[in-house]
Amino acid sequence: MTGGFAVRAEALEKRYGEKRALDGFDLAVREGTVHGLLGPNGAGKTTAVRILSTLVRLDGGQAQVAGIDIARQPREVRARIGLTGQYAAVDEVLTGRQNLEMFGRLFHLGGRRARQRATELLEQFDLADAAGKGVDKYSGGMRRRLDLAASMILAPSVLFLDEPTTGLDPRSRGEVWQSVRELVASGTTVLLTTQYLEEADKLASRITVIDQGRAIADDTPDGLKNTIGGDRIEVVVTERADIPRVVKVVARVSDGEPDVDEAESRVHASVTDRVSALTEVARTLQDEGVPVEDIGLRRPSLDDVFLRLTGHRTETKDEKNAESAKGTAA
Amino acid sequence: MSVVDVADAGGAVADRGRVYWLLSDCWNVVRRGLTHYQRQPINIAWQLGFPILSVLLYGYVFGSAMTVPGGGDYKDFLMPGMFVMTMAFGFINTATVVVYDSTKGVIDRFRSMPMAPSAVVAGRGITDLVVACAELGIMMLTAFAMGWRPEGGPGFVAAFGLLLWLRFSLIWLGVWLGLIAPNPEAAGGLFAVAFPLTMISSIFVAPQLMPDWLGFVAAWNPISSTAAAARDLFGTPVGDGDSWVEGHALLMAGVWPAVLTLIFLPLAVRRFQKLSR
Repeated sequence: MTGGFAVRAEALEKRYGEKRALDGFDLAVREGTVHGLLGPNGAGKTTAVRILSTLVRLDGGQAQVAGIDIARQPREVRARIGLTGQYAAVDEVLTGRQNLEMFGRLFHLGGRRARQRATELLEQFDLADAAGKGVDKYSGGMRRRLDLAASMILAPSVLFLDEPTTGLDPRSRGEVWQSVRELVASGTTVLLTTQYLEEADKLASRITVIDQGRAIADDTPDGLKNTIGGDRIEVVVTERADIPRVVKVVARVSDGEPDVDEAESRVHASVTDRVSALTEVARTLQDEGVPVEDIGLRRPSLDDVFLRLTGHRTETKDEKNAESAKGTAA
Repeated sequence: MSVVDVADAGGAVADRGRVYWLLSDCWNVVRRGLTHYQRQPINIAWQLGFPILSVLLYGYVFGSAMTVPGGGDYKDFLMPGMFVMTMAFGFINTATVVVYDSTKGVIDRFRSMPMAPSAVVAGRGITDLVVACAELGIMMLTAFAMGWRPEGGPGFVAAFGLLLWLRFSLIWLGVWLGLIAPNPEAAGGLFAVAFPLTMISSIFVAPQLMPDWLGFVAAWNPISSTAAAARDLFGTPVGDGDSWVEGHALLMAGVWPAVLTLIFLPLAVRRFQKLSR
């Protein structure tokens, strides 16, 4: 009995030498939803996914995936999960069709059924035209879709999506998102880890934030945003030297400490009385003669949540990937 | 073939014995490896290029200048050595494929599936043996075209078997190295280690013609035993050195690979299991 949860993990522990990769990690993923798992680099996201997908043994705690204990019956779990992402690849030498047929036979479908299933999936993931091409000639987006297709051969109850769109251009990213939505509509549960908060915001109905091997928050995207206050006022100054003055002005109307983003010369803080706060800040800055690039109100983003919860900006790896993901990273 | 319906595939580790699925999984991994060669025939050409080139170079360029103890034909001395060298270098191919699969995540995908985990490694080994048979066949035809004339019959079959036995033992060295290598480039570097190790043996030159200490090392090199045993079994023996190991080439051609297997098979298996730590 799964009790409506596709994944249940309690107090997961994993140690690598001195380092506690997971330190009492809890997770509950409702059936038929996309659940986001966010965290800075080294927080334990990947370890959690590798444990839940039976690639790595846990040191303590317990977990069920699709209602089955991962430590006691790993093979039964494997028949019910799909794993896609940076750590589970397709064969780059084989063609798309050869890949899907091979994985189908290794999922014990038998030759005829494996061929049928490959044809179905190639259609479904819009790869029929490229079926006979070597995967090394696929674009990043096509490869990711083939990866998803390979995870879908047995129509898994739970799909682990590990950074499915890292390094993809915006168009391919949109295609992958579309595929994920279709899978969930057909009843699959998805556990999504991602670098991109925008991605989690778009896809996930619930998000767990992990830091230093523990879940430090678990809520809907809106719920998470509300925990750090309502709307935010945001001022971008022309001269960085003016930041301290702006902070003082903003602090007067805010119910919390203003956050400062030095790199972008940005000061922002949560406000309750939106319009009067905006008018007052605008007027004061004008009176004091502080040149302002931009001023406005906006809903808090998951980035703000993340910053507040973990004390990190989204993360360093994002900068590394910034080139390939230009403009779409939050 | 039984057909599993995908609709109830949730519980569909179909109703056959473990052994059936182990063999089926193995075969599918082998099929993958062989399809690679079919899709990239250039790879098998590269793999064969070096030994064939060596056969031609050493046979024609050095052949006239090389002396064989006991005054035999250098071709008869060289060809079995070339076959041994190809088998010995084979572990680099194994390591290269394994390091690629493990760093790119192909092995992890296999491990996340309900297939037999041992089939991942066993399938690799069988693929390599099948490819080794093809390599030996092509090299022997090249040698034959150059005038090498072995005796047929049981001796020939036994020599072929000993060559494969050596290749088999080195599969596990290759798997182990492939799993510990951090990236494919590192596996490429293995050649620099393998080349001198195969040179200091009886493959190109008889150990008794080397300086004493070097000749001793060369004679005790495991691949020297296989080379000497193959020369005997092909019916083209050459004068052996007088050390004990050279006098028992046939025995040692069986023992050395067994020792290598006993060392590296457990190491490879342990390393594979360690992936889940």
